[in-house]
Amino acid sequence: MTTRALPDDGDEATLVNAGVETRPLFDWLFGVAVAAMVAAYVRAVFFTPIEALQGAAQKIYYVHVSAALSAYLALGVVALMSIVYLWLRDERADRLAESAGEVALVFLTAVLTTGPLWGKPIWGTWWTWDARLTLTLFLWFLTAGYLVLRGAVDEPAMRARYSAVIGILAALLIPFIHLSVYLFNTLHPKPILLKPDRPSMPNEMVVTFAGFFVACALLCIALIRARYRYGLARDAVRAMDAASAEDE
Amino acid sequence: MRPSLLSTTWVIARKDLAIEFRTRTAFLAVLVFAVLGIATFYFAWDATAVAAIDLAPGVLWVIFTFSGLLSLQRSFGVELADRAMDGLLLAPIDREAIFLGKALANLLFVAGILIVTVPSVALLYNLPLGRTLPILFAIALIAAVGLVAVGTLFSAMAANTRLAELLLPMLSLPFFVPIVYGAAQTTSMLLAGRPVAEAWPFMKILIAFDLVFLTACTLTFPYILEE
Repeated sequence: MTTRALPDDGDEATLVNAGVETRPLFDWLFGVAVAAMVAAYVRAVFFTPIEALQGAAQKIYYVHVSAALSAYLALGVVALMSIVYLWLRDERADRLAESAGEVALVFLTAVLTTGPLWGKPIWGTWWTWDARLTLTLFLWFLTAGYLVLRGAVDEPAMRARYSAVIGILAALLIPFIHLSVYLFNTLHPKPILLKPDRPSMPNEMVVTFAGFFVACALLCIALIRARYRYGLARDAVRAMDAASAEDE
Repeated sequence: MRPSLLSTTWVIARKDLAIEFRTRTAFLAVLVFAVLGIATFYFAWDATAVAAIDLAPGVLWVIFTFSGLLSLQRSFGVELADRAMDGLLLAPIDREAIFLGKALANLLFVAGILIVTVPSVALLYNLPLGRTLPILFAIALIAAVGLVAVGTLFSAMAANTRLAELLLPMLSLPFFVPIVYGAAQTTSMLLAGRPVAEAWPFMKILIAFDLVFLTACTLTFPYILEE
Protein backbone atom coordinates (compact mmCIF):
# COMPACT_ATOMS: atom_id res chain seq x y z
CA MET A 1 0.00 0.00 0.00
CA THR A 2 2.53 2.59 1.11
CA THR A 3 4.94 1.89 -1.73
CA ARG A 4 2.47 3.05 -4.36
CA ALA A 5 3.67 6.19 -6.10
CA LEU A 6 1.32 9.04 -6.89
CA PRO A 7 -0.61 8.27 -10.05
CA ASP A 8 1.30 9.36 -13.16
CA ASP A 9 -0.23 9.69 -16.61
CA GLY A 10 -0.13 5.95 -17.17
CA ASP A 11 -2.11 5.31 -14.03
CA GLU A 12 -4.61 7.92 -14.98
CA ALA A 13 -5.13 6.18 -18.30
CA THR A 14 -5.83 2.97 -16.39
CA LEU A 15 -8.37 4.75 -14.26
CA VAL A 16 -10.05 6.34 -17.27
CA ASN A 17 -10.16 2.97 -18.98
CA ALA A 18 -11.81 1.57 -15.87
CA GLY A 19 -14.53 4.18 -16.31
CA VAL A 20 -13.48 6.28 -13.34
CA GLU A 21 -13.42 10.06 -13.37
CA THR A 22 -10.05 11.07 -12.04
CA ARG A 23 -10.80 14.73 -11.31
CA PRO A 24 -13.29 15.66 -8.63
CA LEU A 25 -16.29 16.80 -10.62
CA PHE A 26 -19.08 18.91 -9.27
CA ASP A 27 -21.84 16.50 -8.32
CA TRP A 28 -24.78 18.33 -9.88
CA LEU A 29 -27.39 15.86 -8.62
CA PHE A 30 -26.20 16.26 -5.05
CA GLY A 31 -26.30 20.06 -5.49
CA VAL A 32 -29.88 19.89 -6.75
CA ALA A 33 -30.88 17.56 -3.90
CA VAL A 34 -29.40 19.84 -1.24
CA ALA A 35 -31.11 22.89 -2.79
CA ALA A 36 -34.41 20.98 -2.83
CA MET A 37 -33.98 19.99 0.81
CA VAL A 38 -33.31 23.60 1.81
CA ALA A 39 -36.39 24.74 -0.11
CA ALA A 40 -38.51 22.00 1.47
CA TYR A 41 -37.35 23.00 4.97
CA VAL A 42 -38.03 26.70 4.33
CA ARG A 43 -41.53 25.91 3.12
CA ALA A 44 -42.26 23.52 5.99
CA VAL A 45 -40.98 25.92 8.66
CA PHE A 46 -42.18 29.31 7.40
CA PHE A 47 -44.92 28.79 4.84
CA THR A 48 -46.98 25.90 6.17
CA PRO A 49 -49.70 26.45 8.79
CA ILE A 50 -49.20 25.11 12.29
CA GLU A 51 -51.41 22.15 13.09
CA ALA A 52 -54.20 23.00 15.55
CA LEU A 53 -53.86 20.10 18.00
CA GLN A 54 -50.17 19.15 17.89
CA GLY A 55 -48.68 22.59 17.37
CA ALA A 56 -45.22 23.00 15.89
CA ALA A 57 -44.27 19.40 16.69
CA GLN A 58 -46.42 18.20 13.80
CA LYS A 59 -43.88 19.67 11.36
CA ILE A 60 -41.50 16.82 12.22
CA TYR A 61 -43.96 14.66 10.26
CA TYR A 62 -42.62 16.00 6.96
CA VAL A 63 -39.02 15.02 7.53
CA HIS A 64 -39.86 11.85 9.49
CA VAL A 65 -42.15 10.25 6.93
CA SER A 66 -40.02 11.39 3.97
CA ALA A 67 -36.89 9.93 5.54
CA ALA A 68 -38.71 6.66 6.30
CA LEU A 69 -39.91 6.32 2.71
CA SER A 70 -36.40 7.08 1.41
CA ALA A 71 -34.94 4.46 3.77
CA TYR A 72 -37.41 1.89 2.44
CA LEU A 73 -36.40 2.87 -1.09
CA ALA A 74 -32.72 2.31 -0.29
CA LEU A 75 -33.41 -0.98 1.51
CA GLY A 76 -35.48 -2.14 -1.46
CA VAL A 77 -32.43 -1.49 -3.63
CA VAL A 78 -30.26 -3.57 -1.26
CA ALA A 79 -32.67 -6.53 -1.34
CA LEU A 80 -33.15 -6.33 -5.10
CA MET A 81 -29.43 -5.99 -5.83
CA SER A 82 -28.67 -8.93 -3.51
CA ILE A 83 -30.87 -11.16 -5.65
CA VAL A 84 -29.43 -9.71 -8.86
CA TYR A 85 -25.89 -10.33 -7.65
CA LEU A 86 -26.44 -14.01 -6.84
CA TRP A 87 -28.15 -14.39 -10.17
CA LEU A 88 -25.86 -12.48 -12.56
CA ARG A 89 -22.65 -12.21 -10.49
CA ASP A 90 -22.24 -8.63 -11.63
CA GLU A 91 -20.00 -6.65 -9.29
CA ARG A 92 -21.95 -3.49 -10.11
CA ALA A 93 -24.99 -5.00 -8.35
CA ASP A 94 -22.87 -5.64 -5.26
CA ARG A 95 -21.46 -2.12 -5.30
CA LEU A 96 -24.95 -0.65 -5.64
CA ALA A 97 -26.19 -2.80 -2.74
CA GLU A 98 -23.26 -1.59 -0.62
CA SER A 99 -23.95 2.06 -1.46
CA ALA A 100 -27.68 1.76 -0.82
CA GLY A 101 -27.03 -0.06 2.48
CA GLU A 102 -24.91 2.79 3.83
CA VAL A 103 -27.41 5.44 2.72
CA ALA A 104 -30.28 3.42 4.21
CA LEU A 105 -28.52 3.44 7.59
CA VAL A 106 -28.29 7.25 7.44
CA PHE A 107 -32.00 7.65 6.67
CA LEU A 108 -33.03 5.05 9.26
CA THR A 109 -31.00 6.96 11.84
CA ALA A 110 -32.87 10.11 10.84
CA VAL A 111 -36.21 8.31 11.26
CA LEU A 112 -35.23 6.95 14.67
CA THR A 113 -34.09 10.41 15.84
CA THR A 114 -37.03 12.45 14.58
CA GLY A 115 -39.58 9.90 15.82
CA PRO A 116 -38.82 10.25 19.56
CA LEU A 117 -38.54 14.05 19.18
CA TRP A 118 -42.16 14.03 18.03
CA GLY A 119 -43.23 11.23 20.36
CA LYS A 120 -42.19 12.96 23.57
CA PRO A 121 -44.56 15.97 23.29
CA ILE A 122 -47.39 14.11 21.51
CA TRP A 123 -47.39 10.60 23.00
CA GLY A 124 -45.66 11.63 26.21
CA THR A 125 -42.90 9.07 25.73
CA TRP A 126 -39.65 8.91 23.77
CA TRP A 127 -40.05 5.29 22.86
CA THR A 128 -42.73 2.62 22.80
CA TRP A 129 -42.60 -0.93 21.46
CA ASP A 130 -45.13 -0.20 18.78
CA ALA A 131 -45.18 -2.28 15.60
CA ARG A 132 -43.62 0.27 13.29
CA LEU A 133 -41.08 1.57 15.80
CA THR A 134 -39.87 -1.94 16.52
CA LEU A 135 -39.65 -2.78 12.85
CA THR A 136 -37.61 0.36 12.11
CA LEU A 137 -35.29 -0.36 15.02
CA PHE A 138 -34.67 -3.86 13.72
CA LEU A 139 -34.18 -2.61 10.18
CA TRP A 140 -31.47 -0.41 11.68
CA PHE A 141 -29.88 -3.42 13.45
CA LEU A 142 -30.03 -5.53 10.29
CA THR A 143 -28.54 -2.77 8.15
CA ALA A 144 -25.77 -2.18 10.69
CA GLY A 145 -25.05 -5.94 10.81
CA TYR A 146 -24.99 -6.03 7.02
CA LEU A 147 -22.40 -3.24 6.89
CA VAL A 148 -20.27 -4.75 9.68
CA LEU A 149 -20.26 -8.06 7.79
CA ARG A 150 -19.10 -6.25 4.67
CA GLY A 151 -16.26 -4.73 6.64
CA ALA A 152 -15.21 -8.08 8.10
CA VAL A 153 -14.64 -9.93 4.81
CA ASP A 154 -11.60 -8.98 2.75
CA GLU A 155 -12.03 -11.05 -0.38
CA PRO A 156 -14.37 -9.09 -2.73
CA ALA A 157 -16.24 -12.01 -4.32
CA MET A 158 -16.78 -13.66 -0.94
CA ARG A 159 -17.93 -10.38 0.58
CA ALA A 160 -20.39 -9.92 -2.25
CA ARG A 161 -21.84 -13.43 -1.87
CA TYR A 162 -22.09 -13.25 1.92
CA SER A 163 -23.74 -9.86 1.97
CA ALA A 164 -26.15 -10.86 -0.82
CA VAL A 165 -27.27 -13.86 1.26
CA ILE A 166 -27.77 -11.62 4.31
CA GLY A 167 -29.66 -9.09 2.18
CA ILE A 168 -32.09 -11.76 0.98
CA LEU A 169 -32.58 -13.37 4.41
CA ALA A 170 -33.17 -9.96 6.02
CA ALA A 171 -35.87 -9.23 3.46
CA LEU A 172 -37.52 -12.55 4.42
CA LEU A 173 -37.27 -11.66 8.11
CA ILE A 174 -39.13 -8.35 7.88
CA PRO A 175 -42.64 -9.89 7.61
CA PHE A 176 -41.93 -12.02 10.68
CA ILE A 177 -40.86 -9.10 12.85
CA HIS A 178 -43.81 -7.12 11.58
CA LEU A 179 -46.19 -10.00 12.29
CA SER A 180 -44.75 -10.54 15.77
CA VAL A 181 -45.19 -6.97 16.87
CA TYR A 182 -48.49 -6.60 15.07
CA LEU A 183 -50.03 -8.97 17.56
CA PHE A 184 -49.54 -6.12 20.05
CA ASN A 185 -51.73 -3.09 19.63
CA THR A 186 -50.20 -0.24 17.72
CA LEU A 187 -49.97 3.31 19.00
CA HIS A 188 -48.72 4.67 15.72
CA PRO A 189 -50.86 7.18 13.77
CA LYS A 190 -52.85 5.52 11.03
CA PRO A 191 -52.02 6.49 7.45
CA ILE A 192 -52.95 10.10 6.83
CA LEU A 193 -52.15 10.61 3.18
CA LEU A 194 -52.42 7.29 1.38
CA LYS A 195 -55.85 6.08 2.31
CA PRO A 196 -58.90 5.23 0.23
CA ASP A 197 -60.81 8.49 0.81
CA ARG A 198 -59.40 12.01 0.69
CA PRO A 199 -56.21 12.80 2.65
CA SER A 200 -57.11 14.16 6.09
CA MET A 201 -54.71 17.06 5.73
CA PRO A 202 -55.25 20.54 4.27
CA ASN A 203 -53.88 21.02 0.77
CA GLU A 204 -51.07 23.30 1.93
CA MET A 205 -49.71 20.55 4.14
CA VAL A 206 -50.06 17.94 1.41
CA VAL A 207 -48.01 20.15 -0.93
CA THR A 208 -45.33 20.66 1.75
CA PHE A 209 -45.17 16.93 2.37
CA ALA A 210 -44.99 16.12 -1.34
CA GLY A 211 -42.14 18.61 -1.75
CA PHE A 212 -40.33 17.18 1.24
CA PHE A 213 -40.79 13.65 -0.02
CA VAL A 214 -39.38 14.48 -3.46
CA ALA A 215 -36.43 16.37 -1.97
CA CYS A 216 -35.66 13.51 0.41
CA ALA A 217 -35.87 10.86 -2.31
CA LEU A 218 -33.63 13.02 -4.50
CA LEU A 219 -31.09 13.32 -1.68
CA CYS A 220 -31.26 9.56 -1.16
CA ILE A 221 -30.60 8.86 -4.84
CA ALA A 222 -27.82 11.48 -5.00
CA LEU A 223 -26.11 9.98 -1.95
CA ILE A 224 -26.34 6.44 -3.34
CA ARG A 225 -24.93 7.68 -6.64
CA ALA A 226 -22.05 9.52 -4.95
CA ARG A 227 -21.29 6.50 -2.78
CA TYR A 228 -21.40 4.25 -5.85
CA ARG A 229 -18.88 6.46 -7.64
CA TYR A 230 -16.61 6.37 -4.61
CA GLY A 231 -16.85 2.56 -4.59
CA LEU A 232 -15.95 2.50 -8.28
CA ALA A 233 -12.86 4.66 -7.74
CA ARG A 234 -11.84 2.67 -4.64
CA ASP A 235 -12.10 -0.67 -6.47
CA ALA A 236 -10.10 0.69 -9.41
CA VAL A 237 -7.34 1.89 -7.07
CA ARG A 238 -7.30 -1.49 -5.31
CA ALA A 239 -7.06 -3.29 -8.65
CA MET A 240 -4.11 -1.03 -9.58
CA ASP A 241 -2.46 -1.77 -6.24
CA ALA A 242 -2.90 -5.49 -6.79
CA ALA A 243 -1.50 -5.20 -10.34
CA SER A 244 1.55 -3.20 -9.25
CA ALA A 245 2.14 -5.61 -6.36
CA GLU A 246 2.25 -8.44 -8.88
CA ASP A 247 4.76 -6.54 -11.04
CA GLU A 248 7.20 -6.14 -8.17
CA MET B 1 -23.77 -43.26 -7.97
CA ARG B 2 -24.03 -40.46 -5.46
CA PRO B 3 -25.36 -41.35 -2.05
CA SER B 4 -28.75 -39.86 -1.29
CA LEU B 5 -29.20 -36.48 0.40
CA LEU B 6 -30.66 -38.05 3.51
CA SER B 7 -27.88 -40.57 4.06
CA THR B 8 -25.11 -37.98 3.52
CA THR B 9 -26.91 -35.59 5.85
CA TRP B 10 -26.86 -38.25 8.52
CA VAL B 11 -23.16 -39.00 7.88
CA ILE B 12 -22.24 -35.32 8.38
CA ALA B 13 -24.40 -35.06 11.50
CA ARG B 14 -22.91 -38.23 12.95
CA LYS B 15 -19.39 -36.94 12.29
CA ASP B 16 -20.09 -33.72 14.21
CA LEU B 17 -21.77 -35.57 17.05
CA ALA B 18 -18.90 -38.07 17.24
CA ILE B 19 -16.39 -35.21 17.55
CA GLU B 20 -18.52 -33.68 20.28
CA PHE B 21 -19.08 -36.98 22.06
CA ARG B 22 -15.35 -37.79 22.11
CA THR B 23 -14.19 -34.37 23.29
CA ARG B 24 -17.25 -33.40 25.35
CA THR B 25 -15.77 -29.93 25.92
CA ALA B 26 -18.30 -27.71 24.20
CA PHE B 27 -21.43 -29.42 25.47
CA LEU B 28 -20.42 -29.31 29.12
CA ALA B 29 -19.19 -25.73 28.81
CA VAL B 30 -22.44 -24.58 27.19
CA LEU B 31 -24.48 -26.46 29.77
CA VAL B 32 -22.65 -24.83 32.65
CA PHE B 33 -23.03 -21.45 30.93
CA ALA B 34 -26.79 -21.97 30.59
CA VAL B 35 -27.37 -22.98 34.22
CA LEU B 36 -25.04 -20.20 35.37
CA GLY B 37 -27.02 -17.71 33.33
CA ILE B 38 -30.30 -18.91 34.83
CA ALA B 39 -28.81 -18.60 38.32
CA THR B 40 -27.38 -15.13 37.59
CA PHE B 41 -30.79 -13.87 36.52
CA TYR B 42 -32.06 -14.75 39.99
CA PHE B 43 -29.85 -12.05 41.53
CA ALA B 44 -31.19 -9.37 39.18
CA TRP B 45 -34.74 -10.18 40.28
CA ASP B 46 -36.97 -8.68 42.93
CA ALA B 47 -39.23 -11.61 43.83
CA THR B 48 -41.69 -9.33 45.64
CA ALA B 49 -42.21 -7.14 42.56
CA VAL B 50 -42.34 -9.70 39.75
CA ALA B 51 -43.80 -13.17 40.15
CA ALA B 52 -41.56 -16.06 39.12
CA ILE B 53 -44.18 -17.26 36.66
CA ASP B 54 -43.93 -13.91 34.79
CA LEU B 55 -40.15 -13.79 34.76
CA ALA B 56 -39.28 -17.43 34.02
CA PRO B 57 -40.30 -17.66 30.31
CA GLY B 58 -38.10 -14.66 29.51
CA VAL B 59 -35.17 -16.08 31.44
CA LEU B 60 -35.56 -19.46 29.79
CA TRP B 61 -35.66 -18.14 26.23
CA VAL B 62 -32.99 -15.48 26.55
CA ILE B 63 -30.57 -17.95 28.14
CA PHE B 64 -31.49 -20.62 25.61
CA THR B 65 -30.82 -18.22 22.71
CA PHE B 66 -27.43 -17.19 24.07
CA SER B 67 -26.28 -20.72 24.84
CA GLY B 68 -27.53 -21.72 21.39
CA LEU B 69 -25.27 -19.03 19.92
CA LEU B 70 -22.30 -20.44 21.83
CA SER B 71 -22.89 -23.92 20.44
CA LEU B 72 -23.45 -22.64 16.90
CA GLN B 73 -20.12 -20.82 16.99
CA ARG B 74 -18.47 -24.19 17.38
CA SER B 75 -20.30 -25.76 14.42
CA PHE B 76 -18.02 -24.39 11.71
CA GLY B 77 -15.25 -23.41 14.10
CA VAL B 78 -14.21 -27.07 14.35
CA GLU B 79 -13.78 -27.25 10.57
CA LEU B 80 -11.11 -24.52 10.62
CA ALA B 81 -8.55 -26.73 12.41
CA ASP B 82 -6.26 -28.58 9.96
CA ARG B 83 -8.36 -27.05 7.14
CA ALA B 84 -10.94 -29.78 7.66
CA MET B 85 -13.39 -27.65 5.66
CA ASP B 86 -11.42 -28.32 2.46
CA GLY B 87 -11.80 -32.05 2.98
CA LEU B 88 -15.52 -31.62 3.48
CA LEU B 89 -15.77 -29.58 0.28
CA LEU B 90 -13.80 -32.15 -1.71
CA ALA B 91 -16.11 -34.96 -0.65
CA PRO B 92 -18.51 -35.99 -3.44
CA ILE B 93 -21.63 -34.84 -1.60
CA ASP B 94 -24.16 -32.06 -2.07
CA ARG B 95 -23.50 -28.77 -0.34
CA GLU B 96 -27.08 -28.93 0.92
CA ALA B 97 -26.21 -32.17 2.71
CA ILE B 98 -23.34 -30.42 4.53
CA PHE B 99 -25.78 -27.74 5.68
CA LEU B 100 -28.53 -30.12 6.71
CA GLY B 101 -26.07 -32.44 8.45
CA LYS B 102 -24.51 -29.58 10.40
CA ALA B 103 -27.97 -28.23 11.23
CA LEU B 104 -29.15 -31.64 12.42
CA ALA B 105 -26.11 -32.04 14.68
CA ASN B 106 -26.73 -28.53 16.04
CA LEU B 107 -30.40 -29.34 16.61
CA LEU B 108 -29.53 -32.41 18.67
CA PHE B 109 -26.90 -30.40 20.54
CA VAL B 110 -29.40 -27.63 21.32
CA ALA B 111 -32.08 -30.18 22.26
CA GLY B 112 -29.61 -31.59 24.77
CA ILE B 113 -29.25 -28.12 26.27
CA LEU B 114 -33.04 -27.79 26.46
CA ILE B 115 -33.41 -31.07 28.30
CA VAL B 116 -31.30 -29.53 31.07
CA THR B 117 -32.36 -25.87 30.98
CA VAL B 118 -36.16 -26.35 31.05
CA PRO B 119 -36.11 -28.42 34.28
CA SER B 120 -33.43 -26.09 35.71
CA VAL B 121 -35.64 -23.05 35.24
CA ALA B 122 -38.61 -24.97 36.65
CA LEU B 123 -36.57 -26.03 39.68
CA LEU B 124 -34.84 -22.74 40.44
CA TYR B 125 -37.94 -20.60 39.87
CA ASN B 126 -40.39 -23.02 41.47
CA LEU B 127 -42.59 -23.43 38.42
CA PRO B 128 -45.56 -25.80 38.42
CA LEU B 129 -44.67 -27.54 35.14
CA GLY B 130 -46.53 -30.83 35.59
CA ARG B 131 -48.70 -31.63 32.60
CA THR B 132 -47.44 -28.74 30.45
CA LEU B 133 -43.96 -30.31 30.21
CA PRO B 134 -44.47 -32.40 27.02
CA ILE B 135 -46.07 -29.55 25.09
CA LEU B 136 -43.41 -27.16 26.37
CA PHE B 137 -40.72 -29.43 24.96
CA ALA B 138 -42.61 -29.65 21.67
CA ILE B 139 -42.70 -25.86 21.37
CA ALA B 140 -39.04 -25.66 22.35
CA LEU B 141 -38.18 -28.09 19.57
CA ILE B 142 -40.18 -26.10 16.99
CA ALA B 143 -38.39 -22.93 18.10
CA ALA B 144 -35.02 -24.69 18.03
CA VAL B 145 -35.42 -25.71 14.35
CA GLY B 146 -35.63 -22.10 13.19
CA LEU B 147 -32.84 -21.01 15.50
CA VAL B 148 -30.55 -23.74 14.27
CA ALA B 149 -31.34 -23.19 10.56
CA VAL B 150 -30.40 -19.49 10.66
CA GLY B 151 -27.58 -20.03 13.14
CA THR B 152 -25.87 -22.78 11.14
CA LEU B 153 -25.81 -20.64 8.01
CA PHE B 154 -24.45 -17.62 9.88
CA SER B 155 -21.90 -19.78 11.67
CA ALA B 156 -20.51 -20.89 8.30
CA MET B 157 -20.33 -17.25 7.25
CA ALA B 158 -18.88 -15.88 10.48
CA ALA B 159 -16.16 -18.56 10.69
CA ASN B 160 -14.57 -17.07 7.55
CA THR B 161 -14.55 -13.47 8.75
CA ARG B 162 -12.25 -11.45 10.93
CA LEU B 163 -14.88 -10.74 13.60
CA ALA B 164 -16.24 -14.29 13.95
CA GLU B 165 -17.15 -14.23 17.66
CA LEU B 166 -18.78 -10.83 17.43
CA LEU B 167 -20.40 -11.17 14.05
CA LEU B 168 -22.42 -14.33 14.74
CA PRO B 169 -24.54 -12.77 17.54
CA MET B 170 -24.78 -9.47 15.70
CA LEU B 171 -26.19 -11.13 12.59
CA SER B 172 -28.26 -13.79 14.35
CA LEU B 173 -30.01 -11.96 17.17
CA PRO B 174 -32.36 -9.88 14.96
CA PHE B 175 -33.37 -13.16 13.33
CA PHE B 176 -33.99 -14.78 16.71
CA VAL B 177 -36.48 -12.08 17.74
CA PRO B 178 -39.58 -13.75 16.24
CA ILE B 179 -38.43 -17.07 17.78
CA VAL B 180 -37.86 -15.66 21.27
CA TYR B 181 -41.11 -13.74 21.04
CA GLY B 182 -43.24 -16.67 19.90
CA ALA B 183 -41.65 -19.16 22.27
CA ALA B 184 -41.76 -16.89 25.32
CA GLN B 185 -45.39 -15.87 24.74
CA THR B 186 -46.46 -19.47 24.28
CA THR B 187 -44.54 -20.56 27.37
CA SER B 188 -46.07 -17.92 29.60
CA MET B 189 -49.56 -18.75 28.36
CA LEU B 190 -49.06 -22.42 29.10
CA LEU B 191 -47.58 -21.69 32.53
CA ALA B 192 -50.58 -19.51 33.32
CA GLY B 193 -52.78 -22.51 32.62
CA ARG B 194 -54.37 -21.09 29.47
CA PRO B 195 -55.64 -23.49 26.80
CA VAL B 196 -53.20 -24.46 24.04
CA ALA B 197 -55.57 -23.06 21.41
CA GLU B 198 -54.95 -19.55 22.74
CA ALA B 199 -51.24 -19.86 22.01
CA TRP B 200 -51.90 -21.07 18.47
CA PRO B 201 -51.24 -17.72 16.66
CA PHE B 202 -47.76 -17.59 18.20
CA MET B 203 -47.10 -21.21 17.32
CA LYS B 204 -48.13 -20.48 13.75
CA ILE B 205 -45.43 -17.78 13.57
CA LEU B 206 -42.85 -20.27 14.85
CA ILE B 207 -43.84 -22.95 12.35
CA ALA B 208 -43.90 -20.48 9.44
CA PHE B 209 -40.48 -19.21 10.51
CA ASP B 210 -39.11 -22.77 10.51
CA LEU B 211 -40.47 -23.53 7.05
CA VAL B 212 -39.33 -20.27 5.44
CA PHE B 213 -35.85 -20.16 6.94
CA LEU B 214 -35.04 -23.86 6.71
CA THR B 215 -35.80 -23.64 2.99
CA ALA B 216 -34.08 -20.29 2.43
CA CYS B 217 -30.96 -21.23 4.38
CA THR B 218 -30.63 -24.61 2.64
CA LEU B 219 -30.93 -22.92 -0.75
CA THR B 220 -28.49 -20.09 -0.02
CA PHE B 221 -25.91 -22.21 1.82
CA PRO B 222 -24.07 -23.38 -1.36
CA TYR B 223 -23.30 -19.71 -2.11
CA ILE B 224 -21.43 -19.46 1.20
CA LEU B 225 -19.10 -22.35 0.42
CA GLU B 226 -18.25 -21.41 -3.14
CA GLU B 227 -14.55 -21.18 -3.91
